[in-house]
Amino acid sequence: MSNAVIKKTLLSLAIAGAVTVAQADVVIGVAGPHTGAYAAFGEQLWKGAEKAAADINAAGGLNGEMIKLVKADDACEPKQAVSIANRLVDSDGAVAVVGHFCSSSSIPASRIYEEAGVLMVTPASTNPTLTDQGLPNVFRVCGRDDQQGDVAASYIVDTLKAKRVAVIHDKDTYGKGLADATKATLNAYGVKEVMYEGLTRGEKDFNAVITKIRSVDADVVYFGGLHSEAGPLVRQLREQGSKAIFISGDGIVSDEFVSVAGSPAYVDGVLMTFGAPPASYPAGKKIVQEFRDSGYEPEGYTLYSYTAMQVVAAALSNNNLDPVKGAEWLMSHSVNTVMGKKDFDDKGDLTVSDYVMYEWNAQGKYNPVN
Amino acid sequence: MDIVLQQLVNGLTLGSVYGLIAIGYTMVYGIIGMINFAHGDVYMVSAYITAIAIALLTFFGIESFPIIIIGTLFLTVAVTGAYGWVIERIAYRPLRNSSRLSVLISAIGMSLILQNYVQLSQGANQQGVPTLLTGAIRFTVGDGFVQITYMKLLILFISLLGMGVLTYVIQKTKLGRMCRATQQDRKMASILGIDTDKVISTVFVIGAMMAALAGVLITLDYGAFDFYVGFIIGIKAFTAAVLGGIGSLPGAMLGGLILGLSEALFAGLISSDYKDVFSFSLLVLILVIRPSGLLGKPEVEKV
Repeated sequence: MSNAVIKKTLLSLAIAGAVTVAQADVVIGVAGPHTGAYAAFGEQLWKGAEKAAADINAAGGLNGEMIKLVKADDACEPKQAVSIANRLVDSDGAVAVVGHFCSSSSIPASRIYEEAGVLMVTPASTNPTLTDQGLPNVFRVCGRDDQQGDVAASYIVDTLKAKRVAVIHDKDTYGKGLADATKATLNAYGVKEVMYEGLTRGEKDFNAVITKIRSVDADVVYFGGLHSEAGPLVRQLREQGSKAIFISGDGIVSDEFVSVAGSPAYVDGVLMTFGAPPASYPAGKKIVQEFRDSGYEPEGYTLYSYTAMQVVAAALSNNNLDPVKGAEWLMSHSVNTVMGKKDFDDKGDLTVSDYVMYEWNAQGKYNPVN
Repeated sequence: MDIVLQQLVNGLTLGSVYGLIAIGYTMVYGIIGMINFAHGDVYMVSAYITAIAIALLTFFGIESFPIIIIGTLFLTVAVTGAYGWVIERIAYRPLRNSSRLSVLISAIGMSLILQNYVQLSQGANQQGVPTLLTGAIRFTVGDGFVQITYMKLLILFISLLGMGVLTYVIQKTKLGRMCRATQQDRKMASILGIDTDKVISTVFVIGAMMAALAGVLITLDYGAFDFYVGFIIGIKAFTAAVLGGIGSLPGAMLGGLILGLSEALFAGLISSDYKDVFSFSLLVLILVIRPSGLLGKPEVEKV
């Protein structure tokens, strides 16, 4: 045999080999802002999904087949989310997706996954519209903004006894949705907000809005949005001498909130609604320890992402790796995860939400209140 | 009353920063008749250099605020100026005699290159610098108060100083005369022995330095930045330059102040939701009434 023939044979063998390996993999997308201003959250999603997949593969995979993760970057932009959703479905051959992070990305992407019959479990998108669309393939392992707004509003009314509440948002699907949900519950409790306004994402000067907050004499400022705006906002609020209590949602649950605010002194006393701490679940405690041993602090949505991957794995492995049947199965079966037993209603929402109030301290860390 | 005064303070400081950045747009337009769309990203680069400069200075054990700020200003303005020079060499000089459209495209390309370069080398995350200067002066007005932080005072002072020095350079020095001559008629100026290439380089460097001044001040004040901060502020400063009359130095400063004040007053007294809608409507209105901007001269078609 000539050299060229040997080379050709080896090459075709190699290609055949690659194809066989690819067929034996279950491709799952991890979609979120892996770059851009919200990349900190993308990292949380990736770390959680990566570890869950590694743990599942180590335990034998899904019906004997290994999980292969594909990173899909939407940069928290709806347009990019749609194009990477198409890519995941068409060229990567994903059967399920863990993601996205931003609700404004999750909602348009979810329709593409539905058409392609791909299972979608988001660890972090909390906007009610996502599951209210009635798509059969969409699930979430976090709560909804109306539940989150309810916890915040009742805390403002019952515990803080605040009468003058300013509601600020960042005009985005998530931020405005959360602010609206909180405002609606506040109004239901009989507290009318003294100010309701949006600011522009990407700007850093909020002095004009803050002077207005001062002028309406607010004692609580509720902000719906992400840490990149919340940081400068709370800093400039304190610089203008306002002592108003600052409350926000799960969009600020990142160490970057402290660095963007300029110093831990500014975030001291900031309140935040977020799911119950992972360490309150026995299985969660063990995973948190494993993360820490590997040198990564699993803050924010890391464990949610781990949980989402477990939900995907349960749905696929119990249904012969069929994502459509898996989605149906999830509506009537509960899944044991590192964050406890999860049950889904027919919309794809959790039957039990676990929001609690957290407080940031002068060391730049957050702990549950009481 | 106190609220209106406070919004004036907010608007003045914001506007003076817009004015500083607008100088870069207006000078480059004045001299080669093109819009430098990479200018906002030069500002963004200077925010990163500011953080690096602060880190360097504290690393060498310098703790006192005046030395840190002077050192940071000096380092950042110098390094960003060098960026301005290199950018002109790479993206604009080779296209000096091409159509305006090609230069426009290369400017936008430069902007994207800078954004991606910073994102890839520094990470996409939000960055922050610690608060260095705290405290404020407060005046009681009626039952409320108006306050201006020391940082905001510093912003006003340094931007006015920067603009003053620049005006002096352009009006009174030999370099300024060469700039003005090149602006009036590049071919004639070069026949009379002015190295117009050098003048154009200098203008890019000066523009970048002014943006760097703004970059240091804003970064120290707000603390937070990422690779994308140049976009919005660049558009705003460009608007300020057009509002004041692009090509005119005092116009850039005036445009910056008007834009900053109108934003603060509109956001503060009416609604911040529609603040940008208002500012840009104002721009359109002024351009309808005075197509060349407030202090701009109508362009005469050269034959």
